[in-house]
Amino acid sequence: MTLELFIFYLFAVITLSSAVGVVTARNPVYAALYLILAFFTSAATWVLLEAEFLGVVLVLVYVGAVMVLFLFVIMMLDIKIDTLKEGMVRYLPLGLLVAVIVVAEMIFVMKSSTFDRAIPEPAPLSIDNTKALGEILYTEYMYPFEIAAVILVVAIIAAISLTLRRREGVKKQNQGEQVRTRKSDRLRVVKMDSEKRTSTRQEERS
Amino acid sequence: MIPLSHFLIVGAILFSISVAGIFINRKNMIILLMCIELMLLAVNLNFIAFSHYLGDMAGQVFVFFILTVAAAEAAIGLAILITVFRNRRTINVQELDQMKG
Repeated sequence: MTLELFIFYLFAVITLSSAVGVVTARNPVYAALYLILAFFTSAATWVLLEAEFLGVVLVLVYVGAVMVLFLFVIMMLDIKIDTLKEGMVRYLPLGLLVAVIVVAEMIFVMKSSTFDRAIPEPAPLSIDNTKALGEILYTEYMYPFEIAAVILVVAIIAAISLTLRRREGVKKQNQGEQVRTRKSDRLRVVKMDSEKRTSTRQEERS
Repeated sequence: MIPLSHFLIVGAILFSISVAGIFINRKNMIILLMCIELMLLAVNLNFIAFSHYLGDMAGQVFVFFILTVAAAEAAIGLAILITVFRNRRTINVQELDQMKG
């Protein structure tokens, strides 16, 4: 067994066992932490496949952003774990049956002679993976790349507008109103007759 | 020298673990979202393995876009989750039957 194969098996075992952990963990926080482990080890597997850029992106975007968002939401919500885990044992046989059938079918297909070849020894690359990906991304896939940017903007706006809420009975400033205000809204000049000062003084003395 | 089928089998097992996870955790909406992320990870592994095997960068570009869309999906999914929890005080999927579907 070569070192490369050993590293692959090590990372594969860690990925799969942490995936089982995600599925079976009682506490959602543990599930999120197992999922971080699964993402991290699969990033290592991707680096093994010479996709260094995507491995780094997986760690940065998933472990750094998406999983932190998951943990943030899990810890923010007040979830009762016991009631959510009630049906676990009940649906376990069906879930296992489906999973085993899917795995058996896929392995049956993938063990066929078409796929069971060693990955060819790569030709020495003239440019690195990141540069190659960038060159193809900014030329051939320019249009999908811009659509991806639009999708991200839509996601930002959707997430903000879904979670935005205006509370009733909270005092807060309305900057638009403040800027638009005029003198007549705030200041009222009242015309009234002047009063005699002497009369009040005499009353004070007495 | 790692055979290609090793990567594909790892991806297949990862995918079916997350399918089983959706069956097992069919009440907890957060775990369901996590299982979807795991499924996408398994698909991405297949894409990258084939990309390396065939020497075609298109597979990696696809993974790039899948990552983008999955991040957007996770953000919107969690926003919907927060809104549901705020209105119903629960994330139990079986109690979310307002629409009588």
